[in-house]
Amino acid sequence: MMMDMSSLEMFCKALILMGSAIGAGLAMIAGIGPGIGEGYAVGKACEAIGRQPESSGAVTRTMFIGCAVAESTGIYAFVVALIIMFINPFIGSL
Amino acid sequence: MKVPECLKGVTGVDIQGPGVAYSFDVFGITINITETVIISAVIVIALTALVLFLTHDMKKNPEKKRQVIAEWAVQTVDNLIDNTMGKGYERMAPYIAALFASSIFGSLVSLIGLRSTTADYSTTLTWALMSFVMIEYAKIKADGIGGYLKSFINPLNLISEVSTPVSMSFRHFGNVAGGMIISTLLYFALTGLSTAIGLAVPIFTIGIPAVLSLYFDLFSGFMQAFIFINLTMIYISTAKSED
Repeated sequence: MMMDMSSLEMFCKALILMGSAIGAGLAMIAGIGPGIGEGYAVGKACEAIGRQPESSGAVTRTMFIGCAVAESTGIYAFVVALIIMFINPFIGSL
Repeated sequence: MKVPECLKGVTGVDIQGPGVAYSFDVFGITINITETVIISAVIVIALTALVLFLTHDMKKNPEKKRQVIAEWAVQTVDNLIDNTMGKGYERMAPYIAALFASSIFGSLVSLIGLRSTTADYSTTLTWALMSFVMIEYAKIKADGIGGYLKSFINPLNLISEVSTPVSMSFRHFGNVAGGMIISTLLYFALTGLSTAIGLAVPIFTIGIPAVLSLYFDLFSGFMQAFIFINLTMIYISTAKSED
């Protein structure tokens, strides 16, 4: 079967868009890691507050900073997914 | 029944970067004046006016409420720096307070329907680079230029050094931009739900998004501003106390 040039290009673009959408979805699997990590950190902070209620302010502050640092990998994955979805770099290199 | 355009709600997902208001060329480089630049300038002017109003006509014994508010703000920042960085960093207070104020106002400006300035990567990258320069300056001051260069014998240190501003800026940008995208998707979904059960006016979009906005705009905006200044303070104070 012979395809003319424009429909071939259309097909390639569709293929790239499909791959990009799947890639963006796969990238967000990284959201699992920070979820587990932050849950663990918050659980430990609750334990610490339960043991020493008077230090709850310092524990909470430290916990939030730790959570923010643990979140980094998830945010990287999110930024990658954003780039793939909204400013797709692969369509241009066709 | 004919429904006016403004009551139809969000009928398509249209997530864009900041719009360009005006652009001009300087030596062949196109410079865009974007939404972010204009809103940031408005925030700067508003903050300056607020500070001038609060500190206007101060007395030794406070008579007016605004002087009490101004003293409380200064005291809070000083205590925060004292608790986090220890003694000897009082000079950092203006920078930290300015960063916190512009970050929190830049995020909360979305509550009045404007685009958050922190949902633009340029803004957070600029702040992260400013903090990065201060962190490196603190390190050079603590170790001397020779000691500072010696720490790069291990190339892994270079990577960890470069990743500091990248992770700081991505964290702030990702949280605010993610919240913005989720709100847009929620408006789209609620409009679709209303249309699906045959309502011409999307009444589901009243009230329900406010609950999410409470988390994504208020809590997240405040939290990210707090985390950004805290990381800046921690990095600067650990530059000195190491070794």
